[in-house]
Amino acid sequence: MASPFVRPYVRPRSPDDYPTGPCFTAGHLVETNASWRSARPVLRVERCTGCLRCYLACPDGAVLRAGAAVRIDYDFCKGCGICAHECNAQAILMISEENKDVR
Amino acid sequence: MSAEATARQPQPLFMSGNEAVAWGARLVRPHVISAYPITPQTVVIERLAEWVAEVKLDTEFLHVESEHSALSACMGASALGARTFTATSSQGLLYMAECLQYASGGRFPIVMMNANRALALPWNIYGDQQDSLAVLSSGWIQIYIEDAQEALDMTIQGFAIAEHAEVLTPVMLNLDGFVLTHTYEPVDVPAQADVDAFLPPFRTPSKMSLEAPTNMGFTAGPAHYTEFKVQQHRAILRAERVASEVDQEFGRRFGRSYGGAVVPYRCEGADVVLVTLGSVAGIVRETVDRLHARGVAAGMLKLRFMRPFPEREIVQALSTARFVGVLEKDVSFGHQGAVFSGVASALAGSAARPALLNFVAGLGGRDISRNDVEQMFDQLQVATVRPPGERVRFANVQENGNG
Amino acid sequence: MAEAARLKLALSDDEPFLGHKACAGCGGSLAVRLALKVLGERTFVVLPAGCMSAVGFLYPQLAFGCNAIISTFAGTASMMSGIAAAARALKLRDYHVVGFAGDGGTADIGLQALSGAIDRHENFIYICYDNEAYMNTGVQKSGLTPFGARTTTSPVGPHAAGARSRKKDIFEIVAAHGIDYAATASVAHAHDYIRKIERARATVGTSFLHVLAPCPTGWGIETSETLEVARGAVDCGLWILAEYEAGRYRINKTPRRFKPVADHLATQKRFAHLGKADVAIIEKERDGRWARLRRLAGER
Repeated sequence: MASPFVRPYVRPRSPDDYPTGPCFTAGHLVETNASWRSARPVLRVERCTGCLRCYLACPDGAVLRAGAAVRIDYDFCKGCGICAHECNAQAILMISEENKDVR
Repeated sequence: MSAEATARQPQPLFMSGNEAVAWGARLVRPHVISAYPITPQTVVIERLAEWVAEVKLDTEFLHVESEHSALSACMGASALGARTFTATSSQGLLYMAECLQYASGGRFPIVMMNANRALALPWNIYGDQQDSLAVLSSGWIQIYIEDAQEALDMTIQGFAIAEHAEVLTPVMLNLDGFVLTHTYEPVDVPAQADVDAFLPPFRTPSKMSLEAPTNMGFTAGPAHYTEFKVQQHRAILRAERVASEVDQEFGRRFGRSYGGAVVPYRCEGADVVLVTLGSVAGIVRETVDRLHARGVAAGMLKLRFMRPFPEREIVQALSTARFVGVLEKDVSFGHQGAVFSGVASALAGSAARPALLNFVAGLGGRDISRNDVEQMFDQLQVATVRPPGERVRFANVQENGNG
Repeated sequence: MAEAARLKLALSDDEPFLGHKACAGCGGSLAVRLALKVLGERTFVVLPAGCMSAVGFLYPQLAFGCNAIISTFAGTASMMSGIAAAARALKLRDYHVVGFAGDGGTADIGLQALSGAIDRHENFIYICYDNEAYMNTGVQKSGLTPFGARTTTSPVGPHAAGARSRKKDIFEIVAAHGIDYAATASVAHAHDYIRKIERARATVGTSFLHVLAPCPTGWGIETSETLEVARGAVDCGLWILAEYEAGRYRINKTPRRFKPVADHLATQKRFAHLGKADVAIIEKERDGRWARLRRLAGER
């Protein structure tokens, strides 16, 4: 499995607890990027044609294939809006994070 | 040395210091050699290239386009767990300067031979020790070699020290340019099978692998960086014990050992001692003997390791001396020689208060004669404890039409 | 849909570059992401100082799911060479060595090492993600900053109007080495880019990809406009999609008619100060590049 993932991290308590030199497990994450967003992409799945333009356009790997359509990984979406901008079917809307009604 | 090993001992070969290093590098079976030519190191890589072409050495030999790339490539190879060797000198050593810290901080146990040579400007291709002594803080273990046999042997020992699990620190082997790199001496070349048995395969936790992928060379902010540096410092300090163990094991197997970080010569009970490093030790040793014949309790302390710096051994060896001089081929402009700084600092922590003088000689390949060394001992014996700022003596400077 | 089906084969479901701290809308991170999805997990990645290493390796947040290492700024191609040599010596099988360097790390400080690696015919893929300035350090001019662009070291004022030098033609510089395979690409032309990564992967020898990767922060565009602006560069002829292989040039996409350069430049704040004279210079330069490349490709 090559995707990085968030895992529990306890800060080393002494130099000996650190790895030997700057070398550590690949894909070791300690936090998500969700807090970066001012707006989130919301998919209207009935409009999605499965063309995968958004999937190929996301700089953060936050648009994932889901069957014939796609889904958003809100842990790593920064809300850049490229997916909504690129969609030819207007299947993605950018909704302000201040709007608690739409999820 | 075991009977077995004695039986395998061939005739010594007549070779230069450079060739001895090349032999050492060949015998350790490095996976990757990556180097850029610079006088007076060139013979090292030429020999290695010849042996590769003659299929006597199975290694990946990279013709890189600069010294920065040479060390960079070694680090890439080391990051996969490969054994690596390179060689350089002076301008090349400083050209790869950022890579020195990169390698030591990255814990890549690369072994590099450095042909000690003067630094431009002015341009000068002859031997002195400014280059390596200018990079003492780079985090590399630094060893200073006196003769060709030691050059071959310490190349092999260098890998054993560098790659040791408690060290994992790169090693710089320093040979005086031309004086040692190009001087021919008889050298015993160990059998390949004996070196294979002595040097275990290189294993490290700090590497990339397809089975267990890692992210290396990462950023560590203020919250973490210091701990990595403390690790580095402790590892290079541990190298002192490891180097001694390696030297003893080498002695058991090959019949030659070199005695550790410092080699005192007639220092017991000595009244006046000259501390030095590298091939000039030969002339100093002879001078010490001549002085003894005249009733002077003279001694020499040869430093083999500049990093880790052997403070305790220095203080112990100099415990009876009233006059201590340091002879080195460098100066830190505006201050004093780097070796002198280390020795003076070590003595400042001890009860002894010898008169101290720093002799800067041999810059740009200027010869150091027996007469020069005798004059240093003469100056020492009339020295008083001098206040700071008056302890540096340049030997043999042309002044007023003299010298 | 045939394209989606082909993508399913070409791209791993994994996201090997995830959790990084690049700006929202970063073109460079898309270039890295797509390439690693094509190359797969048996890949050794080298990145020099620059945006992608700065955002992907902040211990303990390490965003590469495959083997990855940061090299010195100048040393991408030389560290890659060392990795390739060790892989041969250790007799590793079924792996790729790829490097991602920015425009500065490729055409300026990294050019020596890149040249040497091509000369040695190293077996690896070198990808230059070009955001046209030293973005990681705050938008300073590089050798690939285009004529007229505002950067912090080629600023705009009463006596200055942005960069006054031409963008180095790194694609031609690399091709002039006789490299095995080189191509230009764009993050907005994903299928073309993916095809070129596959081509590089199949090449036994040295490959070089030069990818246009717009930077919202440095170019002065909205974070959502990254791909639209990259398309605009191709449509007005300022970015040419081409390949070099076996000694021959091939232009992939020749617009029948270029869209107006001025319209494209107007989408980016870094060009907001340009007047008609500078736009004319840019158009003339574009025409000259196209003429030369078409000649090299044997199209005239």
